[in-house]
Amino acid sequence: MNDSTSHGPIVVLAGGLSHERDVSLRSGRRVAQALRDRGREVVETDVTSGLIDLLDSLDNPVAFPMLHGGVGEDGGLQQVLSLLEVPYVGSPPAACRRSFNKAIGGPLVAQAGLRTPETVALPHDMFRELGAAHLVRALGERVGFPMMVKPARSGSALGCTRVTKPSDLPAAIVAAYSYGDVAVVQPYVEGTEVAVTVVELDGEQVALPAVEIRPESGFYDYTARYTAGHTRFLAPAELGDDAAAACAEMAVTAHRVLGLRDLSRADIIVDADGQPVFIETNSAPGMTETSLVPLSVEAAGYDFGLLCAQLVDNAWARRS
Amino acid sequence: MSLPEPSRRDTRLDPYVDAYAERTHGLQVSAVRALFAVANRPEVVSLAGGMPNIADLPREALGRAVDRLIADRGTQAMQYGSGQGEPFMREKIVEVMVEEQIQAHADDIVVTCGSQQALDLITRVFCDPGDVILAEAPSYVGALGTFHAYQCQVVHVAMDDHGLDPVALRAALVSLKAAGKRVKFLYTIPNYQNPSGVTQTLERRRELIAVAKEHDLLILEDNPYGLLALEGEPLPALRSMDSEHVIYLGSFSKIFAPGFRVGWALAPHAVREKLVLTQEAATLCPPVFSQYAIATYLEEFDWRNQIITFRDMYRARRDAMIEGLNDHMVEGTTWTHPTGGFFVWVTLPEGLDSQAMLPRAVTARVAFTPGTAFYADGLGSRNMRLSFCFPTPERIYEGTRRLGDVIKSEQDMHRTFGIDLDTARHHDLTTGPAPDIS
Repeated sequence: MNDSTSHGPIVVLAGGLSHERDVSLRSGRRVAQALRDRGREVVETDVTSGLIDLLDSLDNPVAFPMLHGGVGEDGGLQQVLSLLEVPYVGSPPAACRRSFNKAIGGPLVAQAGLRTPETVALPHDMFRELGAAHLVRALGERVGFPMMVKPARSGSALGCTRVTKPSDLPAAIVAAYSYGDVAVVQPYVEGTEVAVTVVELDGEQVALPAVEIRPESGFYDYTARYTAGHTRFLAPAELGDDAAAACAEMAVTAHRVLGLRDLSRADIIVDADGQPVFIETNSAPGMTETSLVPLSVEAAGYDFGLLCAQLVDNAWARRS
Repeated sequence: MSLPEPSRRDTRLDPYVDAYAERTHGLQVSAVRALFAVANRPEVVSLAGGMPNIADLPREALGRAVDRLIADRGTQAMQYGSGQGEPFMREKIVEVMVEEQIQAHADDIVVTCGSQQALDLITRVFCDPGDVILAEAPSYVGALGTFHAYQCQVVHVAMDDHGLDPVALRAALVSLKAAGKRVKFLYTIPNYQNPSGVTQTLERRRELIAVAKEHDLLILEDNPYGLLALEGEPLPALRSMDSEHVIYLGSFSKIFAPGFRVGWALAPHAVREKLVLTQEAATLCPPVFSQYAIATYLEEFDWRNQIITFRDMYRARRDAMIEGLNDHMVEGTTWTHPTGGFFVWVTLPEGLDSQAMLPRAVTARVAFTPGTAFYADGLGSRNMRLSFCFPTPERIYEGTRRLGDVIKSEQDMHRTFGIDLDTARHHDLTTGPAPDIS
């Protein structure tokens, strides 16, 4: 394992202006501390108008974006870093765009042959122009209940609702539109919820052990995600060997299909038959104290700080 | 890379999850609270927080005074102190309270770590789990949090543009007594109330005191904004009308600076004794250095004139907010017209839910506090609290413009989908909730 420090300071970018700013700040602090524990020089910064000057002022910086939502996940920040020729950890801009938008990522992965729930994506304007009542009814008939309604571009389950009856559907759609102009609707998939982290090290894409998620409330919402004690995690997940292997293969395939790089986390539900169903992949997964990737890294017997450092070295090596 | 064979970990990420006291069970991360993280960014006009604007304080002169304090009296100022608060500090507090027409003795004052700690001490001293505390509808979110932490039942009492309704208060007391409930005290903010901005009229104050005497009701009068009158002169405090039934809470946070964390409780003698003992158990003593620093400020600076400066500054901000609301709010929106303090209470048109609107507002770079934060019973969904204390007048006006656009978008969304709010979750100030004695 190469633990070299030939690059300059590592700039951990966290915060931003998205709805997930709070999560991002927590992720950034955790990654920054883990890198410092490995002896690396770290500069923590928000994404502000002073960012470009900051990067210019540093010798050989490597960026470690830890932004969730908004420009951190839609490829905007990665595009800027590419323009500035600052090497960075994580996926290239186009891959970020593909994975962050649920209306695009899910269907792309489905085309590659992975099992995914049907995704219906509708911008707000369609409802306004065509009449909501007809479209809502058609959605109910086509997708069926229970269903999941989500913002197309958001994370941490913000704006997501499990809808069990037609009368609750309009409010759920409005809740999703509170976070963006496009909502996606999918059939609810019953089963075991797992997250599979994919890391690229030494040129190899590796799926780490799946982490099983058992929220006490039954729904892995924002509170269940970020309040320690509200969710039970099993790492590795209690899956049969075949199901575990299928989940790992699914996560790596999605990572490849979407063109992701360095690190991703696939959210998968294993149904009653032991078959995995792909829900989504995150190109900038959470790294907080209650997040799934660090659990997965630990379950793999690997050191979180060393992994972060290795990802930085990978980014630096790409530039070289 | 090769990975070792994993062994299964079964974790809730908190080894003490089953060990916490029952009263902590509500302490959890919330998506709404997390949204406020964005409010700290300069791009966002935050009308959410209640931070006083202390930029106008004479900071250089204060710095020199603190230097002298450390050089001349540092060994006392940085030492442990009295659990009741330093005698010179309490004497100064007596002088401050004269401005509120309160005559008091320094012995009856307990200095606390902000008036928020006084709230905590008083609740700890008086309340067992299940006891009832009466509070205005709506009421200060920080007080509701304290009452919740002590597992008290908060029963809201209706208020209108003249303050707490004494008729509703009487009805609540009668109903609660009939239901076998123990009412420990009424919590009220008579001046420029947080969150409504409403001030109790003099007549209402007299009626409240009359009700307190009739029912032997203890009143907890919280008065952080009393000296920040933007129109007219401050009305006399409830404590100035009755020293037996009122515990008075004061604070330097708004008339000086909140970072010193110095507030106080003025309480009847027997209560004061218990508060001191409880204070000693909690913190040994309130912050000594802060008391020295504040006493120095009161001694050496023209603090009364500083309050006039604060009033002028906050008046310009209040006016900018009212002008912005007049210019940008959609039809059917109403708001209060505070004559002091920091806050305006907005009632949205029917069908809208301020909490549901918050993500859209954050996207539009404006933040507010949803009305539900100020009710212990889930009401307030059509309300929002807007603070005019911190941003500049220009930013406040811009914030109301953004907010107006957000409300229009939300209305458009509701019209598109034909959804209406659950009207049971909202009451106007004038038709406030009946006492909840369930």
